[in-house]
Amino acid sequence: MTYIPISPAERDAMLKTVGVKSLDDLFEAIPAKHRFPDLNLPPALTEMEAGAHLGDMASSNENVREHLISFLGAGAYHHYIPSVVDHILRRGEFYTAYTPYQPEISQGTLQAIFEYQSLMTNLTGMEVSNASHYDGATATAEAVNLAYAQFRGKRKKIVMSPTVHPQYREVIRTYTQAMGLEEVGDDASNHEVTPEAMISLIDESTMLVVVQYPDFFGRIFDYKKLIDAAHEKGALVCVVANPTALLMLKSPGEMGADIVVGEAQPFGIPLWYGGPYLGFFTTKKSYVHKMAGRLVGETVDARGNRSYVLTLTAREQHIKRERATSNICTNQGLLALGCSVYMSVLGKQGLQEVANLCYQKAHYAAAELSKIDGFGLCHVEPFFHEFVLCCPKPASEVNQYLLDNGILGGYDLGKDYPDMQNHLLVAVTEMNSKDEIDSLVEILKEMK
Amino acid sequence: MATVIEPTIFELSSPGRRGVKMPASDVPTTALPPKELLRSELPLPELAEVDVVRHYMKLSSFNYSVDSGFYPLGSCTMKYNPKINEDTCRYPGFLFTHPLQPIETVQGNLALMYEMQEWLMEISGFAGVTLQPAAGAHGEFTGVLMMAAYHKLRGDTKRTKMLIPDAAHGTNPASVGMLGMSVVTIPSDSRGNVDLKALEAACDDTVVGMMLTNPNTLGMFDENIEKVVNMVKDCGGLMYGDGANLNALLGIVRPGDLGFDVMHFNLHKTFAVPHGGGGPGSGPVGVSQRLVDFLPSPLVGIVEEGDEETAPLYGFVTPKNSIGRMKAFHGHFGGGLVRSYTYIAMHGPDGLKDISQYAVLNANYLQARLRDTYKIPYDRICMHEFVMEGRFEGSDIRALDISKRLMDYNFHPPTNYFPLIVHEALMIEPTETENKDTLDRFADALIKIAEEAKTQPDLLHNAPSTTKFGRMDEVKAARELVLCCWLPEGYDLS
Repeated sequence: MTYIPISPAERDAMLKTVGVKSLDDLFEAIPAKHRFPDLNLPPALTEMEAGAHLGDMASSNENVREHLISFLGAGAYHHYIPSVVDHILRRGEFYTAYTPYQPEISQGTLQAIFEYQSLMTNLTGMEVSNASHYDGATATAEAVNLAYAQFRGKRKKIVMSPTVHPQYREVIRTYTQAMGLEEVGDDASNHEVTPEAMISLIDESTMLVVVQYPDFFGRIFDYKKLIDAAHEKGALVCVVANPTALLMLKSPGEMGADIVVGEAQPFGIPLWYGGPYLGFFTTKKSYVHKMAGRLVGETVDARGNRSYVLTLTAREQHIKRERATSNICTNQGLLALGCSVYMSVLGKQGLQEVANLCYQKAHYAAAELSKIDGFGLCHVEPFFHEFVLCCPKPASEVNQYLLDNGILGGYDLGKDYPDMQNHLLVAVTEMNSKDEIDSLVEILKEMK
Repeated sequence: MATVIEPTIFELSSPGRRGVKMPASDVPTTALPPKELLRSELPLPELAEVDVVRHYMKLSSFNYSVDSGFYPLGSCTMKYNPKINEDTCRYPGFLFTHPLQPIETVQGNLALMYEMQEWLMEISGFAGVTLQPAAGAHGEFTGVLMMAAYHKLRGDTKRTKMLIPDAAHGTNPASVGMLGMSVVTIPSDSRGNVDLKALEAACDDTVVGMMLTNPNTLGMFDENIEKVVNMVKDCGGLMYGDGANLNALLGIVRPGDLGFDVMHFNLHKTFAVPHGGGGPGSGPVGVSQRLVDFLPSPLVGIVEEGDEETAPLYGFVTPKNSIGRMKAFHGHFGGGLVRSYTYIAMHGPDGLKDISQYAVLNANYLQARLRDTYKIPYDRICMHEFVMEGRFEGSDIRALDISKRLMDYNFHPPTNYFPLIVHEALMIEPTETENKDTLDRFADALIKIAEEAKTQPDLLHNAPSTTKFGRMDEVKAARELVLCCWLPEGYDLS
């Protein structure tokens, strides 16, 4: 009866109104032999006990605020979250509301999504944003669905850069396994491929080219030539972008990208052991009817007030059923709100400061680390806040040594790229102080 | 010009205004990348912290929510979201762990996930559970992929048809559509059960399986469930259970015991993860023994057995014939799993059964109170929800008008126009967390509205009239497609 506000007397009165004698009588449609199973679960805890139990579980982890200095990124980044963000997210009016299907009493959610759409299009340089996807990986998979729908299944080739996040590429393979697509370029041993070298893979059967910006190794490429070449063959280009990097770098929209997606976790969402995060999806207006997910548009109400509604819903599953662009229903609404609050409360200047701190500290770290005997930067291209460090021994051993010294090292690239066993992907954000970077360098200097 | 009640965050912007500042850099300065790689402008708003807080507080006041009132939105299970869950999911040990940390450093997280898998298996009667799917529809897609992979591995390649009842959620056929299978719609009979004759006619060796919501979206538990399951299995198909309505079944019956092969859970419905204005949800999937090898990778498993003195070591394992990865990392851990874990831990087996018993009692009580006023096309003991018709003989009043008028009585409307098989459907799901007084006030309001429909129909046509906003011009929104806003003209963007 933990959260049930009905007294025994009220229950009896209600049963009488219904016309049954007991609660059990309500379940006669259930096959008798399977009715009321005994569930082998631990007995109920009180709030006080549950809080303590969960507290024990949480504190048996080593976390990056209290225990470990972290240089781990690879798709999830430790950034500062201004206090305001969670204060807004804790408003029951936001977090205990449903999808805004009744616009008269959901204008808070609707205007917030409209503003989120606006913030994302301004950031990516695109024309339209939907209301969110589950994460960056599934948003990228939905870009494939958009391209497939755009060519009505007549083009079936994806040109995939091997330097798109390995898990994103895995998710795309899962999503599209029954679609009969041909995927080229996704060769982990060919990770040194340049955007220009990918051009030769694009032909008239190519529906979509997928690249990451900065790429999984942190490198910054201008994809304009690649995009122009894809457009010459009639193919679309999807750029998977890191939003923090977009605060400093040329937007994919400026390069001519057709679809810009990515993971907005860096914008106000905690690491939370991997989720829930926030997939963003932006594109050109001409593709809006093929785009998955919810969309908020401006209108007026019967009293002449500017207001907002879910629009173009005819694309969605509850209307179009098996012909819908996607089956997505629940998305990441509250986190889109968190992302908007994050962007608003830091504002243009605060966000530029975040990007600059990431860039400066990462470059300081890269410079210092590459001075250590046996270590060096793997790439010469410009980078933003993540870079590949070549190590004198396997990255897994380096990481173990760092962990023994209280440092969460980088991402071991040998897990995904067989010839990169000695390569560590190092991420540095505004959360890493110079002292932390210096101690990483000092500890690695002493590594035997 | 339309009246602006609250400007957008862009309109509130003023050049040079500052919110939260970042510390100065403590490292030597490095030159920025070449100019051609940099953006020339960053068209984002500039506000002070107080501007931001007041803006979002104002927006929050435009929302109706479970915390503010009764929200009987059918099939959405808008139950009260316990506040303790908001605290536990924000414990620093959960908030500040990176998804790619070595498993030795996140044993608390992995133990929680392992137990959650076990608990969901016990609650549903399944042999395996994946926690990876992000939402119900994502879970459905996961389930359908596994069904396809099962048949494919057996070389049973002619199976391309999915049977879906006409009362199903739109996500069911949409999930199937994503795999290029065809949908065969199975009608419901006069008691709201699957029409057995139609099912029999559709069952052959081209059937992938059936996707059945039980109780269905009419709120009816299928009285022939065992027959339905057997017919699908006899033709070699698999049974998919849509777990959207699981709030009726906790401790009442386990879908696995009924012969289902796969089912998604909506942690944001049944297990009190708040809906967040549209998400995030969490959609774990349970499977029977024949599908465990097809579960997405990775699952959480014990990688080193423990003994009396040491706890087991939890880690990740990959099922033998896994369909692959459904999303990056491990599912909606913090916002989904920790909240639901807290909720299940605080209920235990008896508490879970209470949830379903009272959810069903509340729905039947409302149904009984409204039966004489509104037509209930499938009128028998319902489960956690029921559907009635929002129309009256000789009146032009529609379900939409009734829904909008309910707002004037400060209630959130029921789901309307769904399921599609009921005319002017009003689908009412009160959940177990409402008291008798609230249910009575709601029933009284609906009875009064039925009276108003006869005597003052314009009150309904023009509703809502007491809310901050009136009915929206949806056609204008779709025609003009104003989908984002920009900074005011003349703004220096660099």
